[in-house]
Amino acid sequence: MFNIERWQEIFETIRKNKLRTFLTGLSVASGIFILVILLGFGQGMTNGVAKEFEEDAANRIVVWTGVTTVEHKGLNPGRFIELRNEDYDLLIKKYEDDLEFKSSVYRIWSGVATYKNESGSYRVEGVYPDYQFIENASLTAGRFLNYDDHNGYEKVIVIGHKVYKDLFGNKEAIGEQVQISGINFKVIGVYSDPGGEREESRIFLPLSTSQRVFNGGNKVRNMGFTLRPQATFQQAVQHSIAISNEIESFLKERHIVAPEDDSAIDSWNSLEEAKRYYDLMDMIKLFFWVVGICTIIAGVVGVSNIMLIIVKERTKEIGIRKAIGAQPWSIIGMILHESIFVTAIAGFLGLIFSMALLEVIGPNIEIDYIVNPSVNFNVAITTVFVLIIAGALAGFFPAWRAARIKPIEALREE
Amino acid sequence: MIEITDLHKSYVMGTNTLHVLKGIDFTVNEGELVAIMGSSGSGKSTLLNILGMLDEADQGTYTLDGTLIHNLNEKIAARYRNKFLGFVFQSFNLISYKNALENVAMPLYYQGVKRNERNEKAMHYLEKVGLAEWATHLPNELSGGQKQRVAIARALASEPKVLLADEPTGALDSTTSYEVMEIIQSINDEGKTILIVTHEDDIAHMCKRIVNLKDGIIIDDSIISQVRVKATSHV
Repeated sequence: MFNIERWQEIFETIRKNKLRTFLTGLSVASGIFILVILLGFGQGMTNGVAKEFEEDAANRIVVWTGVTTVEHKGLNPGRFIELRNEDYDLLIKKYEDDLEFKSSVYRIWSGVATYKNESGSYRVEGVYPDYQFIENASLTAGRFLNYDDHNGYEKVIVIGHKVYKDLFGNKEAIGEQVQISGINFKVIGVYSDPGGEREESRIFLPLSTSQRVFNGGNKVRNMGFTLRPQATFQQAVQHSIAISNEIESFLKERHIVAPEDDSAIDSWNSLEEAKRYYDLMDMIKLFFWVVGICTIIAGVVGVSNIMLIIVKERTKEIGIRKAIGAQPWSIIGMILHESIFVTAIAGFLGLIFSMALLEVIGPNIEIDYIVNPSVNFNVAITTVFVLIIAGALAGFFPAWRAARIKPIEALREE
Repeated sequence: MIEITDLHKSYVMGTNTLHVLKGIDFTVNEGELVAIMGSSGSGKSTLLNILGMLDEADQGTYTLDGTLIHNLNEKIAARYRNKFLGFVFQSFNLISYKNALENVAMPLYYQGVKRNERNEKAMHYLEKVGLAEWATHLPNELSGGQKQRVAIARALASEPKVLLADEPTGALDSTTSYEVMEIIQSINDEGKTILIVTHEDDIAHMCKRIVNLKDGIIIDDSIISQVRVKATSHV
């Protein structure tokens, strides 16, 4: 390996057979390149989906109501089911051990907010203080609602970043009065949400205030919960599905709704959704791997083919070398040494080039579901070695055979 | 130098067995210049291949410079070839992507001679065949005669005991053939043992002894008076 004479011999051979070397190198480099790019985009899609789920707490459950469609216990379909504060109080007592954050939501329709000359229409929702964590909102100024606001029926609001931009521009918003449907509210906080503009164009006020000021009585539009963490993702998914189903059927029973009537009372849990996405992601990742491995196999076959042709082409040369005293192993060594050298250089070039490409364009890619495609360096480097070893093996057998041919037969080959 | 007794060789071609050598007894002393003649199919090339350890005999003994050549594996054959023998082929068999000097230096590479010494020696042998100024040319830039002279220089480079030439002039016109023969004669004058397979009478008569093969046996083996190639016929 460190025989300088051998290296000189190999460099000479490579220098004088540029096309052959180039073609071998190209097939190896492109194989690695394609694989790294594929794996990079697989990772990019995983990142993208993970980002989609950042906008809300990952283990969220939402329950909401609608109109019954099924006749049940003598009651006609077409009734509008409304949740009440008592439903909420019962639920949080019943599932005290399972729920981490909880809030019921009262939504005010046609919420037009006005500040001085600026105004806009936003989703206005009465919520409990916990709602901040259910929404995964973080405050950029001031504070979120608290239980004092709730108990004191305070006329205070927390506005989304989009609302703040629309109404205030860059001015200080905390302490200012904003009119919602003609009623004054004091801004106590501005929040941002990983979900982006859609999630940031909302206004939150205390549930108690919203029900009193906007004639809500004790009605609740929907309820949101998050669950306490579980040991594993699988357990969390099972738990989440079980709890959301239980809550749904508990409420259905209380409001005399047929168990199968999902348009009257329905629930959604983000983990079940997330699991579906993650399963899909796993499938896509698997697919990328399969394609990648097929690419590598194609690369290996390509390299093998080239090695076979090279050995075939050099059979006469091998015969000459043997006639003037080359040992069989020195011939095998020469061919393998050269092929490993070429595949290694080409493999690393492909690796460096593809990784550089991912580094440069990766962070600039802003497509839904693809975020920062990147590749695990260890995986990439392993692939390079697999290809080198495969190339060496593929070269070994024809080289071994060629070295065993009697020189007289090799010399006859034209 | 070379001693052969009762050598047999046959080739299996499908269902037929072709008995090529049918008991050859043959001795060559040091410093001889022997022509092996015979029509095609007489077994002369097969004999040379066996002598060159490129092929193996089925039966009989072969002693080269006091060493009994038998049960050759590839490794030992390679070592003996490198140590004892130099080859000159009809089709030159130069490595096409190496220049004249590198071709000549090749056997030395396999002897483990260092690069500088290798090139120096190779240059010396190129000078000997009159091609010093062609050292950096690739084989396809040389004429047939020049190629064969490079091949002779290569065969000499490893300083072999015996030089084996298989139809060395077969691909050359008569003028260049004589040039090549002149070099072979001058090498022989220095004491090198040389065996030449040929079917050309004039070439054979430039040797010192002619062995005639027919149908796998020696039918005639006689010392002749050598025809010297005139030194003016080239340069």
